[in-house]
Amino acid sequence: MTILLSVQGVSKRFGGLQALTNVTFDLPQGQILGLIGPNGAGKTTLFNAINGVFPPEEGRILFREKDVTRAKPYEHAHLGMARTHQIVQPLNDLTVRENVMVGACFGHEQHPLTHAAKIADEVLEFVGLAAKAEQLAGSLNVTQKKRLEMARALAARPYLLLLDEVLAGLNPSEIDGMIQTILKIREKGITIIMIEHLMKAVMNVSDRIIVLDYGQQIAEGSPEEIAKNEKVIEAYLGDPKLAEQLLEEE
Amino acid sequence: MNAWKKHLGIVLPLLTVTALALWPVVTDNPANRESVFTILKAVALASSLNILLGYTGYVSFGHIVFYGFGGYVGIYLLTEKGWSLGEALLAGGVASGLLALLLGSAILRLRGAYFALATIGVNEAMRAFINNFELFGGPTGITLKFSVYKEYGGAAQALQTAFYIGAGLALLALILSYMVRSSKFGLGLLAIRENEDAAEVMGVVTPRAKTWAYVLSAIIPGMVGVLFFFKNGNVEPHDAFPLHSSIELLVMVMLGGQGTVFGPILGAFAYQGMRGYLVTSPVFKDIQLSVSGVLLLVIVLFIPAGAIGWLRHRIPPLRRLLA
Repeated sequence: MTILLSVQGVSKRFGGLQALTNVTFDLPQGQILGLIGPNGAGKTTLFNAINGVFPPEEGRILFREKDVTRAKPYEHAHLGMARTHQIVQPLNDLTVRENVMVGACFGHEQHPLTHAAKIADEVLEFVGLAAKAEQLAGSLNVTQKKRLEMARALAARPYLLLLDEVLAGLNPSEIDGMIQTILKIREKGITIIMIEHLMKAVMNVSDRIIVLDYGQQIAEGSPEEIAKNEKVIEAYLGDPKLAEQLLEEE
Repeated sequence: MNAWKKHLGIVLPLLTVTALALWPVVTDNPANRESVFTILKAVALASSLNILLGYTGYVSFGHIVFYGFGGYVGIYLLTEKGWSLGEALLAGGVASGLLALLLGSAILRLRGAYFALATIGVNEAMRAFINNFELFGGPTGITLKFSVYKEYGGAAQALQTAFYIGAGLALLALILSYMVRSSKFGLGLLAIRENEDAAEVMGVVTPRAKTWAYVLSAIIPGMVGVLFFFKNGNVEPHDAFPLHSSIELLVMVMLGGQGTVFGPILGAFAYQGMRGYLVTSPVFKDIQLSVSGVLLLVIVLFIPAGAIGWLRHRIPPLRRLLA
């Protein structure tokens, strides 16, 4: 199994806040890795470190065996990494198609304009936004903007896709649709890391899960292992024994 | 037919400016020629500024620095080194382009208001420098020897030639603007305008794209500077780096519609027309700049997309025509 991404001892500090401490994992090609943890655990910070938005102070990040720790976000994009944003970042005054063309033109494969337009139409069809291609991106609703984020990332035809809470704020039927889309992306052979709060979804689609709490990697394993892990339950629910103790004292 | 349809957006701008340039030729009236020259100059400058302001989203309050600097370099080569007008025009454009390349790598790291402030600083610093630069004549500037015009068939004929070159530069600015707008490079600039961080994550090499946008927006102003001061007969720091002209250019681009090819033409035409009326009106002649300030405020508050942007938004079928 080839290792696509290798994160080795990555630490990141913002002033007095230790946002990430010694995060280490290897991601084999073709897997879906779930990244979970309470709010403020450092999940998005880890994404920002992986794709060069905020390079880490310590540790190394290898992508396809290249050291990309200090590379700029556009260099990551050229190497075949693409991401979506938790807070959607549409290019409002451009059309939906033009938004997606940016990904195809400047991302991993660097297509010329005419070819990029074709790719954009294919990808928009795939994520279900084909009917909106001519609209301005600013006029989409949140669900559609999330799909647009995904389309832009896919248009680059990346090796690795970083999905930051693409399910947040969607209704149950939209969530099912989006999960189907994510599974279809994996079928194309694209490796995925997804940050997600929605347990049902993340447990269902992930091959492996990493749990972050206060910037520390507190658990790692298959969805079943994570569901039973005491540390994880504690991080999410507080100390489970505390509740039992309190009941016994009554 | 298909190629023709695809490039419909450049047809209207080219036709408009060509018609404008032909008007004084047909009427054979030197007074018309001078007012049209002023408009053509504004079209060339505003269209160039639009590459930076409209496409890339960077507000430059000191764009006139390229006009002044290019003008100085060209006039110096013309008078002191005996270069021809054609060579001087090219040199002025190249000089301004190089200045932009140098400045761009320094100040394009700044965003928003900080970049805008830095551009004012650059213009003022350049003016102060030229004021004390003996090679360029210091505060008195450079005066063209009258004999220079002889090569171009005397002063009257030289004015006529300058007019044609001015029209050529305006058309060149439009073609450049359209080529940028409809290219992959231009798409990258638009992405930067909309959201620079997102553009970078999608793979746009933002430092390089911004610097090239800055350079492309500086070349034609440099050439226009050479032409204007050639026609004017002399160049002084005061005339070469007027801050208020930078602001007038901003008003033109914003008025017509930033980020569109046709917008700056409309803006230049409308603004020069208004200015022509204001400076001759007894009521407004001393406060014409305040009027443009108020105009800018009104545009920013009520129609931030400018006239063309507003039309494109209201009447979608026009989008193809009004690129």
